[in-house]
Amino acid sequence: MGASQSAGTEHEFQDLADRTGFSLEQIGNINKRFRQLSNNEETLSREDLASIPALDNNPIRAQIINAFFDKRNLHQNETGTVQEIGFEEFLMVMTHFRPAAMGLTEEERENLRREKLRFLFNMHDTDSDGTINLEEYRRVVEELLSKAGTIGQETAKAIADAAMLEVASTTRGKMEPDEFYEGITFENFLQILNTFDIETRMHVRFLHMDTATLRCGKSK
Amino acid sequence: MSVRVVLHSPSGSRSFLERGLLLLVMLIFLEGTVLTLGAASSPDISAQDNTGGHDHRGIAGSHDHTNYTYTKKAFPVLSLDYHHIQVPFEISLWVLLASLMKLGFHLIPRLSSIVPESCLLIVVGLLVGGLIKLAGEEVPPVLDSNLFFLCLLPPIILDAGYFLPIRPFMENIGTILMFAVVGTLWNAFFVGGLLYAVCQIEGTYLSQVELLPCLLFGSIISAVDPVAVLAVFEEIHINELLHILVFGESLLNDAVTVVLYHLFEEYSGAGEVTPMDVVLGVICFLIVSLGGIAVGAIYGILAAFTSRFTSHTRVIEPLFMFVYSYMAYLSAEMFHLSGIMALIACGAVMRPYVEANISHKSHTTVKYFLKMWSSVSETLIFIFLGVATVAGPHAWNWTFVSVTVILCLVSRVIGVVGLTFIINKFRIVKLTTKDQFIVAYGGLRGAIAFSLGYLLDKDLFPMRTMFLTAIITEIFFTVFVQGMTIKPLVDLLAVKKKQEAKRSINEEIHTQFLDHLLTGIEDICGHYGHHHWKDKLNRFNKKYIKKCLIAGERYKEPQLIAFYHKMEFKQAIELVESGGGVKLPSAVPSQVSMQNIQPKKLPPPVAERALPQFTKGREEEIRKILRSNLQKTRQRLRSYNRHTLVADPFEDGWNDFLLKKQRLIELEKKMSNYLTVPGAIPDSPTMCRARLASDPNAFYNIKASSDGVPTIQVDLASPQSPDSVNMLNEEGREGADRDEDQGLMMKPAGKGEKGEEEGGNKNPGLMRCLSDPGPSNEDEEDEPFLP
Repeated sequence: MGASQSAGTEHEFQDLADRTGFSLEQIGNINKRFRQLSNNEETLSREDLASIPALDNNPIRAQIINAFFDKRNLHQNETGTVQEIGFEEFLMVMTHFRPAAMGLTEEERENLRREKLRFLFNMHDTDSDGTINLEEYRRVVEELLSKAGTIGQETAKAIADAAMLEVASTTRGKMEPDEFYEGITFENFLQILNTFDIETRMHVRFLHMDTATLRCGKSK
Repeated sequence: MSVRVVLHSPSGSRSFLERGLLLLVMLIFLEGTVLTLGAASSPDISAQDNTGGHDHRGIAGSHDHTNYTYTKKAFPVLSLDYHHIQVPFEISLWVLLASLMKLGFHLIPRLSSIVPESCLLIVVGLLVGGLIKLAGEEVPPVLDSNLFFLCLLPPIILDAGYFLPIRPFMENIGTILMFAVVGTLWNAFFVGGLLYAVCQIEGTYLSQVELLPCLLFGSIISAVDPVAVLAVFEEIHINELLHILVFGESLLNDAVTVVLYHLFEEYSGAGEVTPMDVVLGVICFLIVSLGGIAVGAIYGILAAFTSRFTSHTRVIEPLFMFVYSYMAYLSAEMFHLSGIMALIACGAVMRPYVEANISHKSHTTVKYFLKMWSSVSETLIFIFLGVATVAGPHAWNWTFVSVTVILCLVSRVIGVVGLTFIINKFRIVKLTTKDQFIVAYGGLRGAIAFSLGYLLDKDLFPMRTMFLTAIITEIFFTVFVQGMTIKPLVDLLAVKKKQEAKRSINEEIHTQFLDHLLTGIEDICGHYGHHHWKDKLNRFNKKYIKKCLIAGERYKEPQLIAFYHKMEFKQAIELVESGGGVKLPSAVPSQVSMQNIQPKKLPPPVAERALPQFTKGREEEIRKILRSNLQKTRQRLRSYNRHTLVADPFEDGWNDFLLKKQRLIELEKKMSNYLTVPGAIPDSPTMCRARLASDPNAFYNIKASSDGVPTIQVDLASPQSPDSVNMLNEEGREGADRDEDQGLMMKPAGKGEKGEEEGGNKNPGLMRCLSDPGPSNEDEEDEPFLP
C-alpha cells in the first residue's frame, strides 16, 4: 500500500487535511482503508461497501451505504445520488463523525450540532424534499426493527406514528382536526433532538492505527 | 433513597397541632428508648428473671426449673417478662426511632432543605447517646462491625446496584476506575506517609506510632463512602455525569480498601512489608475485585434463571431476588472478596432479565422494599454513628486529628486534579474545573471507615482509640461541613443540574439509530472500536443469554418496542390516576391526534360508523370462541388463596378506570385513528402491562372502505396465565392486509365503549364486559364485536 503514496498524494492529503480538519495520519489511514475497500481503484461503488461482512448484522445497513452516495452529504448543494465516490467524497462523509474538539465556542458547537444532525436528517429524508413525512419515518423505524422478526414489523408502524405525534405536538402545539402536519422539517428535527447531546455522541475514534494491516472488516 | 413526605398544610393551626403531637410522641419514644436500651445493657437485667414466673423460686438465684415445689401461689394473671423479648424488641425500637426521626425531619419544613438528613440523624444519635449516658447507663455498642457489615450495609448497596444507571456507568468506567483505584491508593499513601512524618516530629508525643499502622490508618480513612455520598448527593440533584463519577468511585474503591486494609493489618505485626508482599497485594487486588464481580454475576444469573420459572408463584418472586443478592454478598465476604462489588454485579446483571420475567406487582414490590430497607439502614447507620461517638472511648490528640483532617482534604484535591489531567487526555467530554471541584468536594467519608477502624485489634494497635477519634472527627467534618455546604456551592457555581426530562420516543429511536450508525461506520472504517464491541455484546446477549434467562417468548422483544410499551403503560397508569376527566393523556402526550398526521386519503366517513364486512364464517368462529371462553370463565372460582394473587394485575383501578373511560368517551367528540400493537406473543408481561388504552384520543375511526378484517385486540392474560392465547387476534389477523392502519377495538356488547384495549385476564375481563350492562346507548350493542 505504501507504493501508492507519492509526493503528489502527500500534497493532496495536506490540502484535504486543511479542509476537513483531520490529521495527516488519519487521512493516510482512511486512504488505506479506501484502497482496501475499492480494490485499489480510484472510486468506490455501492457493491464495494455492501460486501463488508461486518455490516450484514446491521439493521440500517442500506441507509448507511446510501448515505455515502448521497450528494447532500458531500458538502455540495445538490440533491440526488451518485453511483461512485472518490476518496475525497469518502472523506467528506467521514468528517461528519469527527469528535468535537476542545474549546469550541458556542457558535462552533452549534454549527457542529447542525452539521451532524443534518447528516441524520438526510439519512431519514430519502426523497430529498426537506421534510421527513410519515412514510419515511415509518420506514426508518421499520428498518431499525427489521432484525426483530414479525413483532418488529407490526409495532414499527405504531411506534413511528407515536413518534410523529410527539414531534407534531412538540412543534406545533394544538392542532385543529382538519390541519395536516406535513412532516418533520429540519428545524423541528433540531428542536426535538435538543436534549440529545449529539456533538459528543456522534463520533468515531479515528485512532492512529494502521487499519489496513489489521485483520478486520476485510472487504472480500 | 430518602422517601420524601410532602406535607401540605391545609389549615395552618391544625397541621401545627398535628406536628406538635407527633413531635411529642417522638420525644416520649426517645425517652422510652433511652431508658429501655440503657437499662437493657446494664448487667443486672440479664440476671433478673420472670418476676411472676411459673415456678416458685424458693432459693434466691436458683434457676432450677425442674425443681417444682408445689406450694400453691396465686395464678399470675399478668406478668412482665422483658428478657424473653429483649433483643427483637430493642431492634424494633431502634428501627422505629430511626423512622420516626426521619418522619419528624420532614415535618419541619425548612430544616431539611438547609441541613442534609445525614447531619440531622447524627445529631439525633448524639442526643440519644447523650441521654443514655445521662441516665447513668452504659451506651450499647451499637455500631458493631458485624452488624454493620452484615445487616446494615447490604440493603444500601443492593439498592444502589440494582438501580445503577448502566449506560452512563459503562461509558465512564475508565474514569471511575481511575479515581477509585489510583485515587484511593494515592490518598492512602499520601495521608499515611505524611501522618507518619508528622508523628515523627519531636513535640507531638506520637513517636510510638509506626509507619505501617499509619499507612493502615491512611487506607481506612481515604476511601470515599457510598452511604454518605448517596445520602448527600441525593439531595443536591447534580447532573448525571458527576453523580455517577463520585458514586461509582465510592462503590469501586471497596476492593482497594479491602486489600490495603488486610495487607497492612497482616503485616503491622511483622513490622515490615517486602516487595514480594506488594506483588502479592496487587495480585490480591485483582482477585478481590474480579472475584467479587464474578461471584455477583454468578448469583445474578442464577436469580435471573430462577425468575424464569416463577410464573406460577408470583408471590415469592421478590424474595428470590433479595435472597440471591444477599447470598452473593455473604459468599464474597466469606472469601474476603469485595462484597460490595459482588452486590453491585449481582444487581446489575440480574436486572434486565428479571424485569422481563417478573410481574408488575413483583417489580413494584422489589422497588419499594429495596428503597425501604436502604432508607432504614441509612438512617440507622447515621444514628448509630452518633451514638457510637458518645459511647466510644476517645483519645483526643489535637495534632493527629487536625493533621488528618487537613491532609485528607489536601490529598483529595491534589488527587482529583492530577488524575483529571491525565484522564482528560482520553475523554471526549472533558471534565471542567467545576466538575473537578465537585468530585473533590464530594469525597465524603462515612460509617465504613468507622467500622473498619472498630475492627482493629486492640492489642496489635494500642493507638486504636486515637485512630477512632480521628476517624470520627473526619467523618463529622466531611458530613457536616462538606455535606452542608455542597448544596449552596453547587448553586453558586451553577453546576449543571439533573435534567428531569422525560425520555421521549424520538430520542429512543435516535439513540438506537445512532448506535447502529456508528457501528456501521466503524465497520466501514475497519476499526474495531467501542461501538463494534458493544454491538457484538448485544447480539451475543440476544442470541444466547436472553434465550436462557427470559421466560417464554419475551426475549425476542427488541429494546425499542419494550420502551414503547413501557411508555404506553405509564401513560395508561397516569390516566387512571388522574381520573381521566379533564386532561387526556395519551401514549404520546399531545394535543395532536392521528388525524393530523395521517395524509387524508379518503373523504371523511359519514357520521355513523360503517361496519366492515365480516364473512359469515368468520363471525361464527368468533362467536364460538367467545362463547367457549365465557363458559370457561364461569367455572372459575375466585376464592381467597394465600398462595396466589388475584388474577388480574390491574384490578385495583380497573373498574374505576373503565368507568372513567366511559365518561371520557362520552366527552370526547372527535374520533381518530386508533393504533395499537397487535400482540403476537401470548405470554409477554411487558406487553400485557402495556395493553391498557393508552391513547384516549385515538378512537377507532372506521374508514368507509373496509381494509379487510381488522384485528381484534383483546388484552392478553395476566402474566399468570400464559396459556390464554390471544386467539381472537390470531383469527382476526389472517388474511388481513396489514399495510393499512389496523385500527382496533374491542367493543363488548354491554358497554358500548370504543377503541379500548382491556387489561387484565382475558376471560374475566370479557365476562365483566359482556355481562355488565354499561351505560351505553349506542345501537351497536347487538354486535358482540365492533371491529
